[in-house]
Amino acid sequence: MEPILKVENLVKRYAKRSFVGTPQDFLALDGVSFTVSAGATLAIVGESGSGKSTLASCIACLETLTAGSLWFEGRNLAQFPESELRKIRPQIQLIFSDPANSLSPRWTVLEIVVEPLFLQRKLGRKERSTRAFSLLERVGLSADIAKRPASELSGGQRQRLAIARALTLDPKILILDEALSALDCSVQAQIANLLLELQSSLGMTLLFITHDLTMAAHLSDEIAVMSRGRIVEHGPTAKILRNPGHDATRQLLAAVPQLPSAPWPAAQQ
Amino acid sequence: MMRYFLRRLAHAFLLVVGVSILAFLFTALAPGNYFDEMRLNPQIAPETLVVLRAQYQLDRPLPLRYISWVNSVLHGNMGFSFAYNTPVAPLLLVRAKNTLVLTITATILAWAIALPLGVWSAETLGHFPDRAISGGTAALLVIPDLALALGLLVLAVRTGWFPTGGMASVDFESLSRISKIRDLALHMVLPVAALVVSSLPLLVRHVRSAVAEVLRAPFLLAAEGHGIPRPTLLFRYALPAAANPLISLFGFSIGALLSGSLLIEVVMSWPGLGPFLLEAILARDIYVVVGGVLFSTIFLAAGNFLADILLYWVDPRIRTERASQ
Amino acid sequence: MASVLEIQNLQVSYRSREVRSRPVLSGVSFDLMPGEILGVLGESGSGKSTLAASVLRLLPANGQIDGGAAIFEGKDLLQANSEELRQVRGGRIALIFQEPSLALHPTIRVGEQVRRVLSAHQSSVKNDLNERTQEVFTQLFSQETDRIMRSYPHQLSGGQRQRALIAQAIACNPTIVIADEPTAALDPVTQMEILGVFRSLRVKLGLAMVFITHNPALLSGFADRVLILYAGQVVEWGPAEAVLRSPRHPYTKALFESLPNISRENKKSRKNMLPVIAGNSLPASLPRRGCSFEPRCTVRMDICREYEPPLVKLGETHIVSCFKYKE
Repeated sequence: MEPILKVENLVKRYAKRSFVGTPQDFLALDGVSFTVSAGATLAIVGESGSGKSTLASCIACLETLTAGSLWFEGRNLAQFPESELRKIRPQIQLIFSDPANSLSPRWTVLEIVVEPLFLQRKLGRKERSTRAFSLLERVGLSADIAKRPASELSGGQRQRLAIARALTLDPKILILDEALSALDCSVQAQIANLLLELQSSLGMTLLFITHDLTMAAHLSDEIAVMSRGRIVEHGPTAKILRNPGHDATRQLLAAVPQLPSAPWPAAQQ
Repeated sequence: MMRYFLRRLAHAFLLVVGVSILAFLFTALAPGNYFDEMRLNPQIAPETLVVLRAQYQLDRPLPLRYISWVNSVLHGNMGFSFAYNTPVAPLLLVRAKNTLVLTITATILAWAIALPLGVWSAETLGHFPDRAISGGTAALLVIPDLALALGLLVLAVRTGWFPTGGMASVDFESLSRISKIRDLALHMVLPVAALVVSSLPLLVRHVRSAVAEVLRAPFLLAAEGHGIPRPTLLFRYALPAAANPLISLFGFSIGALLSGSLLIEVVMSWPGLGPFLLEAILARDIYVVVGGVLFSTIFLAAGNFLADILLYWVDPRIRTERASQ
Repeated sequence: MASVLEIQNLQVSYRSREVRSRPVLSGVSFDLMPGEILGVLGESGSGKSTLAASVLRLLPANGQIDGGAAIFEGKDLLQANSEELRQVRGGRIALIFQEPSLALHPTIRVGEQVRRVLSAHQSSVKNDLNERTQEVFTQLFSQETDRIMRSYPHQLSGGQRQRALIAQAIACNPTIVIADEPTAALDPVTQMEILGVFRSLRVKLGLAMVFITHNPALLSGFADRVLILYAGQVVEWGPAEAVLRSPRHPYTKALFESLPNISRENKKSRKNMLPVIAGNSLPASLPRRGCSFEPRCTVRMDICREYEPPLVKLGETHIVSCFKYKE
């Protein structure tokens, strides 16, 4: 079966040019390759600065690639002009870790969810409203929250809202860039359940970027470990956890805090 | 570091050049010229006018006139004033000095009052002192400069405490050293008061908001949590952190030293740059106008440049590169 | 052995425009032994940050202490005058805030920031101060000490900033350090490093510590006792091993169960729904009768709605606030 997403030798370089002096380039991604099957969850883990967030932005077509190809449903997005990309972007949605920055605090919940529908111009006002409310219900936000400004929501509620907004465009791929990291543990569980439920009912592919290995292990079918702009290890979750092959992986595993009642599988030191 | 300075210097320079071009362009393009007034005078023959115009090179194409003007400026000669029949530069310098005497005093005084008031306001945010100060500045903001200046003049006339305009009394030259200073001071009181009062609201508000924002910042609470005493907190933690917006504002204050007092000078008959320029504009005395605008622009650019340098010195975040995160 | 800090029935509320007075801490009591690491576990809305700030009376303008006492070295901090309080702050009890990037002054070098803390509490002889600053930094930064001391916060990495904050905290050799989520902004590897720093400081300096976090796993192998905070009240408090391995209070149990647990390796348990705590942790805007966890509790009884649960002692030092364990 054709993978829904295939990344080949992705390179992303940030150029820093100044008026005088030597330009300093920063190589964020140094040849990243992997594939993801439709409906699966891939966790991308790594220490800070390993390039995970840059990878997320590139896959979501929010950054242009310096080199390499990005195959989405068999088409190479790296060669698409902006006009084409604009049509593709709704299908690959990105959710950030800090919704406070990506949700306008003054807008009400309803306005935030309706906005993408509004931009699509396909539906009438009543239809937009109906769809918005059904989406809110889907993510577990009660209807009476709809009129409140986004600034009044708790962290967990804001993430649900961000997910609802992403869902308005029927995405095929949902990228979560540390989307759970800022939440309380019990709320993380709720959102994780929501994601699993959405995946099983909508068949979405999830790209879960995090440095929380525990949650990554729980949610994913496969794990890719990044270090310094490269993928150093990639494989099925259970296998990676049992037999880490690379130092970076071992280092990440060693840094995971564990409850005595939930120890990690043995043989990870 | 040098890179930063050179960049800012280049900006300042380009600004001055750009403004000089524009000033030249606009005054030359403005309808009429100095000699048009003379044309209406039947006693002057048209041929004389032609000769005069040729003498002042008013017939040459604009770009050439600009270039020759730039050339002479670089040699220290800013052109010739038609109205006064003397070189422009000395005229401007005298007037500029008069303006500066006024504005420098007013700026120092205004900041000296605004800083403590703003800090006090920020410290007591929402409570009585803050509300009183904010109310006061709001009231001052509402009063137009013109009304203020006229009001002060009326005060002078009614009470006779202060001279009603001008920079020096009639018998200035004959006064002793001390009396000269006293005379100057008396003449300065009203215009300086007008300038200070009109600029105070803006300054106080900016100081207040800059300091209030810093007072709420986590690092200040953390410092308080470390037992840093209150005065140290205010002056060695809060104020330096609030410096950024205030320094930019200070740069503006410097920049406006030559240009901000025009109205007051006109109303109070202070022999500064303002009234002089006004006259020149009305008389189409081109080189005076361009020269005056150039002077003011140089001050503006210098003020900004000074602010840039101060910011660089005060804020290490501008000075240094970020660590790799 | 006498405790080094005793919190008695602390009550704190916030005033706001909508609700006149919102209780954030409703009678929190515990004590801290010398050299002990107490882990305070709480989620958003539990009042944990308010607890940290209250001990040193660093609440924001709209916060007020309604009652209770914080006994330290024989005196009640909540009644102390401002000079006494100033001397305790940083000198005897140090507070480490969240977000190291925000807690350091942006335009003062970190070495100087530590020096100023020293000078606020100790002799102001210049050489002594410099020596002591050097000492503190060497303890926390084994390499490049001088460069770090001369750096500004924005020139340091997240982990380095956190160490700089710790340097400020331990500079005057305090008896107690209260750390409010000190590792929340850091990645796991740096997190472990910082925990290691705290451990070694405890050994070297005999510090007592209150470590506030929302991640229970961090406290395992680190804290001596653990205190669970929910909706402004202590619901469970006891030895770390006991609480973390076999929690008693329904909230604690449910919280631990909602953490992803992949110790069972079979595929089925992965990508399964996590057992979550129903409902939301609402800020208690109205005073309620009965247990504050009752609406979300799976084992609630009628009595839980009517009366506040008592503090039940299980064993020597383990207490639970729940009717299930009464008699």
